[in-house]
Amino acid sequence: MKKFFSIVFLLSLVVIVYAQESQKNYGSVPSIEVKTLDGETINMSKISNDGKPIIITFWATWCKPCIKEHDAINEVYQDWVDETGVKMYAISIDNARSSRGVLPLINGKSWEFEVLLDENGDFKRAMNVNVPPHTFIVDGNGLIVWQHVGYLDGDEQEYIEIVEKLIDGKPIK
Amino acid sequence: MHNYYRIVWILVFFPIMTYSQGLINGGKVTGNVQVDAQVYQEDDKLGITDSTLNYKEFGMNGFANILYSNGNFNAGARFEGFLNPMVGFDPRYEGVGVPYWFANYKTGSLEFTAGHFYEQFGSGLILRSWEEWTLGYDNNIYGFNAKFSPVQGVTIKGLVGVQRYFWEPYEPDSRGIVRGFDGDFYLNDIFNGLEDSKTRITLGGSFVSRYEKSNSMTFNRKYPFDSIMPYGDTVTWTKVNTYEYQLPVNVGSWAGRFNLAHGGFNFYAEYAEKDNDPNATNNFIYKKGQALYSTFSYSTKGFGLFLATKWIDNMYYKSSRNESGNPPMLDINYLPAISKEHQYSLATMYPYATKQNGEFGFQGQIIYTFPKKSTLGGKYGTTLTANYSFANSIKKEQISPEIPIDSTGTDGYQTNFFSIGDLPFYRDLNFLIEKKINSKIKLKAAYYNQTYNLNVIEEELFDDDVMVYANIGVIDFTYKFDRRNSLRTELQGLWTKEDEGDWAALTLEYNVSPTWFFSVMDEYNYGHPDTDRQIHYYNVSFGYTDNTNRISVRYGRQREGLLCVGGVCRYVPASTGLTLTITSSF
Repeated sequence: MKKFFSIVFLLSLVVIVYAQESQKNYGSVPSIEVKTLDGETINMSKISNDGKPIIITFWATWCKPCIKEHDAINEVYQDWVDETGVKMYAISIDNARSSRGVLPLINGKSWEFEVLLDENGDFKRAMNVNVPPHTFIVDGNGLIVWQHVGYLDGDEQEYIEIVEKLIDGKPIK
Repeated sequence: MHNYYRIVWILVFFPIMTYSQGLINGGKVTGNVQVDAQVYQEDDKLGITDSTLNYKEFGMNGFANILYSNGNFNAGARFEGFLNPMVGFDPRYEGVGVPYWFANYKTGSLEFTAGHFYEQFGSGLILRSWEEWTLGYDNNIYGFNAKFSPVQGVTIKGLVGVQRYFWEPYEPDSRGIVRGFDGDFYLNDIFNGLEDSKTRITLGGSFVSRYEKSNSMTFNRKYPFDSIMPYGDTVTWTKVNTYEYQLPVNVGSWAGRFNLAHGGFNFYAEYAEKDNDPNATNNFIYKKGQALYSTFSYSTKGFGLFLATKWIDNMYYKSSRNESGNPPMLDINYLPAISKEHQYSLATMYPYATKQNGEFGFQGQIIYTFPKKSTLGGKYGTTLTANYSFANSIKKEQISPEIPIDSTGTDGYQTNFFSIGDLPFYRDLNFLIEKKINSKIKLKAAYYNQTYNLNVIEEELFDDDVMVYANIGVIDFTYKFDRRNSLRTELQGLWTKEDEGDWAALTLEYNVSPTWFFSVMDEYNYGHPDTDRQIHYYNVSFGYTDNTNRISVRYGRQREGLLCVGGVCRYVPASTGLTLTITSSF
């Protein structure tokens, strides 16, 4: 009987630890509405990528490091998609002054990832973003598991490594 | 035995309960923090002494946001502290407290927010509440906000509230009450037949009204007249009439908008009107306000064209009619500046800020990427951006020969919709080339030609007595040593015969991805007409990033200037000292 209890106790510990561990994230993507470049409203909590990771970046047309980050990612984006199936959403926090210039900018620069508009910063506030660039990685279950502030040349390597770890089921960090 | 069962139950159910707590409650607390702290020094060169600093040798602005979300329920608060406010921030910000908190619930098609909130109708011509920490700008609305989406594609919003004014709590009649509603209709979702149409149409409209008690106010008007005395002398008399204002208690405004997207084409137009709104910014004239904002873009892969135009007249709209000046507070609406926001420091020396009471603006931009492997594109492609922006006065005519423009208590002036005046406010022609030479070298070069009407933009004096013509050149060179190490060099020059003369700037920035950066920078005003003011504005900084924690330290001189975000500007005085910035998210 004692043995049985020990097993049950150990099991419960494992479950507790596991339950705690599985919650070690920044929560799911909040239910906030943003706009597509066509003017359609979409809810960020509903974005999905068939169980594969999603990268969410915050940027603005006036943000120098953001443009640099996206230029660098754009160069390797197709490889990323082919190799990992990752999808990226770049959330523009441009306000009415520059938000209408977002579409011609991304086309002019031939950026290939999805771009959405968060004109009044609702999604930015819900994601606790201070200043762009700020990058998040969402795992296949829709949980935000990693985030990073700022951009320095070469940081994009870090992002894809996290994505690869997620796909391989390895612990990140 | 009975006890044994109990223990088994507890042991089995405890983990299940713990686990399901997470599933059922699922509550999550997240947040972010930013603290900027500055220690100031006396600096003979800049004329900074303890007394000009008001003996405030230390300044700190900080905030902490806490958000709680649980399924459809969200609540949050922002704690702020300005002890003392850093130089350049209004002293009325001094204090600590919670100027922003809210609770929000979504159920089915309805979303409801109580507390403080940020909202925008259309492009904001008649209503936008927003915050920008670096500007010290926050016009959040305190009240109720509801959003209703009865069917896919339709969003109706309604709100009632009062706006933030530094730390002053709202008291009856201390400022106005803002009410508004807005409808947004994405036709392709509403009409089945349009679902698959390539043409995407959105219509929208809004109405906003401000209630503010009207206190009795008077003003005087002088009427000179002559009379001939019995001996033939002419005497000029002045008759003074005292009038009492009948100030409108409710000031309404409305706006309509239209957006059409078809493949690479996108067209947007929004028109707004505001009822007569005598207030401190328009010298209490009884004229209605008008605004038009329209954009057009066409883009395909590798090419983008963007055109924008705007015409505004008498459109200051604040929730207190006596509020004016800087920093801008109690703004109900938002009228974006139409020029491009630049990224390099010398290119932002002469920035543009919207003139809400009369301005015509235009902007055009072309982006073209020469394809990879073409002659000009090279191995990685070359991107070229050309941009031009223009802002002028609008035509204002006297309503009658005796009444000067902007006379208090009158209709102020006459203007025709979309008239363009002769007084230049701002011009900016600029080019940017971005090129990746090889896997190690990235190069950017930019040129700007700017015309800046200093009196209009900085002093609210509508003349062309102080025009600044500036040429600016930038070379930005990044060398990547390996995956982690890179060096960025930025060389800038600004040449002008006016204002403070010529400038040169050099920045060296060494980055170790993803953690460290070190930078040295010097902006040198070598062409200042006064040789004593030919100052080096040097800065040394380093930063450390650990995913969401970022700490940076900077020592040096900050030059005087306007810091602008989204066409709203804050004056930053010169200062010398050490700045520590900590930001973090969790």
